[in-house]
Amino acid sequence: MWGIMRQRAVDGGLAASSLRRTRSALVSARSYAAGSKEMTVRDALNSAIDEEMSADPKVFVMGEEVGQYQGAYKITKGLLEKYGPERVYDTPITEAGFTGIGVGAAYAGLKPVVEFMTFNFSMQAIDHIINSAAKSNYMSAGQINVPIVFRGPNGAAAGVGAQHSQCYAAWYASVPGLKVLAPYSAEDARGLLKAAIRDPDPVVFLENELLYGESFPISEEALDSSFCLPIGKAKIEREGKDVTIVTFSKMVGFALKAAEKLAEEGISAEVINLRSIRPLDRATINASVRKTSRLVTVEEGFPQHGVCAEICASVVEESFSYLDAPVERIAGADVPMPYAANLERLALPQVEDIVRAAKRACYRSK
Amino acid sequence: MATAFSPSNLTATVPLHGSQENRLLLPIRLAPPSSFLGSTRSLSITSSRRLNHSNAARRSPVVAVQEVVKEKKATNSLLITKEEGLVLYEDMILGRSFEDMCAQMYYRGKMFGFVHLYNGQEAVSTGFIKLLTQSDSVVSTYRDHVHALSKGVSARAVMSELFGKVTGCCRGQGGSMHMFSKEHNMLGGFAFIGEGIPVATGAAFTSKYKRDVLKQNCDDVTVAFFGDGTCNNGQFYECLNMAALYKLPIIFVVENNLWAIGMSHLRATSDPEIWKKGPAFGMPGVHVDGMDVLKVRQVAKEAVTRARRGEGPTLVECETYRFRGHSLADPDELRDAAEKAKYAARDPITQLKKYLIENKLANEGELKSIEKKIDELVEEAVEFADASPQPGRSQLLENVFADPKGFGIGPDGRYRCEDPKFTEGTAQV
Repeated sequence: MWGIMRQRAVDGGLAASSLRRTRSALVSARSYAAGSKEMTVRDALNSAIDEEMSADPKVFVMGEEVGQYQGAYKITKGLLEKYGPERVYDTPITEAGFTGIGVGAAYAGLKPVVEFMTFNFSMQAIDHIINSAAKSNYMSAGQINVPIVFRGPNGAAAGVGAQHSQCYAAWYASVPGLKVLAPYSAEDARGLLKAAIRDPDPVVFLENELLYGESFPISEEALDSSFCLPIGKAKIEREGKDVTIVTFSKMVGFALKAAEKLAEEGISAEVINLRSIRPLDRATINASVRKTSRLVTVEEGFPQHGVCAEICASVVEESFSYLDAPVERIAGADVPMPYAANLERLALPQVEDIVRAAKRACYRSK
Repeated sequence: MATAFSPSNLTATVPLHGSQENRLLLPIRLAPPSSFLGSTRSLSITSSRRLNHSNAARRSPVVAVQEVVKEKKATNSLLITKEEGLVLYEDMILGRSFEDMCAQMYYRGKMFGFVHLYNGQEAVSTGFIKLLTQSDSVVSTYRDHVHALSKGVSARAVMSELFGKVTGCCRGQGGSMHMFSKEHNMLGGFAFIGEGIPVATGAAFTSKYKRDVLKQNCDDVTVAFFGDGTCNNGQFYECLNMAALYKLPIIFVVENNLWAIGMSHLRATSDPEIWKKGPAFGMPGVHVDGMDVLKVRQVAKEAVTRARRGEGPTLVECETYRFRGHSLADPDELRDAAEKAKYAARDPITQLKKYLIENKLANEGELKSIEKKIDELVEEAVEFADASPQPGRSQLLENVFADPKGFGIGPDGRYRCEDPKFTEGTAQV
């Protein structure tokens, strides 16, 4: 337990140091009068929660270290000061307990935003996410809906070993009654988190620790407090005609880099950012595959029964006759995450892997 | 942050002075009621030697000690009025008759799956829930039919739910272990051990939030029911801690029926006196005879009032007994016949009946007419459930989400739920 605590403290410390960098980004982003604005994912998430708390007094935040510590990754920075301890609850380290309390509060009409310090800890509370939150609207025949958001960093971090590095997208996306979102950019983070908080159903919101400090251009529209993205709609991040690359979260950045490299070799790749893992935007995926006739899927999670597997199934079912090549599936290695930096790199999809798979799909390599 | 003990009739804080050594020598400060055998003693029939030994070994200082409900001598001051007495009697008869009918219907194949009956424990449900208002919440377990009935859900709605009919309180989508009624603030039966406790704590959290943040005039309380087996589960402790820490209006009611399926409470729990966990977390812990509805009610009254006043949670251990097996599928071979007979002789309904008649609160005729009325009600519920239609095909896809857009977008680019075939249950999802 202390090992974990120390690890968490270190994470927090790292987050805090990177925050110093990002705070200036926020200040500058907000002080721009015109021109291209930028925002970090961290500030996007923070401002989304802030605005929704300010708009609806039923919205509150609970979790470990969300208050006085300002969040282990500083996502809830400033909220305690602004909204007070009655709306920013520092809980003991009791995932099953506080997640269940959040679910019960949602039953009774509040709109909790439950933070998991990382989604790895949600396994201690998975019973409440699935049994108490996802199933209640159905079991009660619509009498009791559960407007709750479970959010936190998901997926592989860096050098934290097997128990702290895992993607839960496929786990939660297999459960009816849940909506599962995974933002990539600052715009995604703002628009999807605001949509999640306003949604009447339980939403699992999978962030990525390594994206928190990344800055993205952000539009005026996305900075508006009424901004919201539709749940269930994917975004075509880059249009192309030769091959479709479908992915989500951090891997969208990798796919975009891969697309640039492919362009240098004359291959035009279309990159789809899923944004929503459940519901899955099969329509957008299939329309793209029908255009390009080739599919590469990318995820950090385990390959078996993964999000990629589901996308491949959907394309085989709906667009089989349009395919000119076997679908390519790139996933994390089928092993618990190793600690050693070189092995960890091998266990995760890299830009080169995506480039290679896309070329294979286009019959441009072996 | 920890809540200080509030002065209350429920707790008598006994600070122990003296050295550590002296403390260790002090016996557990328990004030057993004169006519009620505590859980340890009542179970000593089967394992007295081991138990005595373990008790002696575990003798440890207890800082806060409850006084078990004081025995009230039959004086002029009666515990209940005639009207109250009849309400309690009717509710207990309803619970008993309903469950007996369930057993019949189960064996006739009218209901299916796991069915856990409440026979023998009626004093707990009635004793607590009949003190609640409609806006107070109840969270139950898989043994939830009678809690729903006490909370006001109609026998028709519960029976139909068990029959899997569309007229059920959850239109047949919940089943025996999942009774919900938003109208009655029955927040569900939970099928996993310990699962309901955090949810109940969350409902209590909401009452406090409504007062403190939304500035609403809310004094609703929540009662969480669960069994002795649950008290060995971590969620119980997590929530005792947070309920006391946040001073939530909740009453944790342990229905200690001494058996977790076939696992004796004494074989499962290091210190079998569950009520003692209350003071350990900074809340009163009370041990009450769960076979006596009047004693339960008296404890409940105080705990509910305390919660309503904003003084925080209470842990109540009701020692009770189930007269049937764990579920209708349980052959019930491990429980001792003598033990069963002992508790059968203390049937809570018979005890209440005796009290009502001895104190001239009701006569045989009045009670008979209640029994007749309930018999007819339960019969009618069965007829109603039997005659009710099964859920339609379209219902399969309804209620997965409050916002059915959660089903996503179809090949035509529109939300699947907007497909006219969607409610026919034929649209691919």
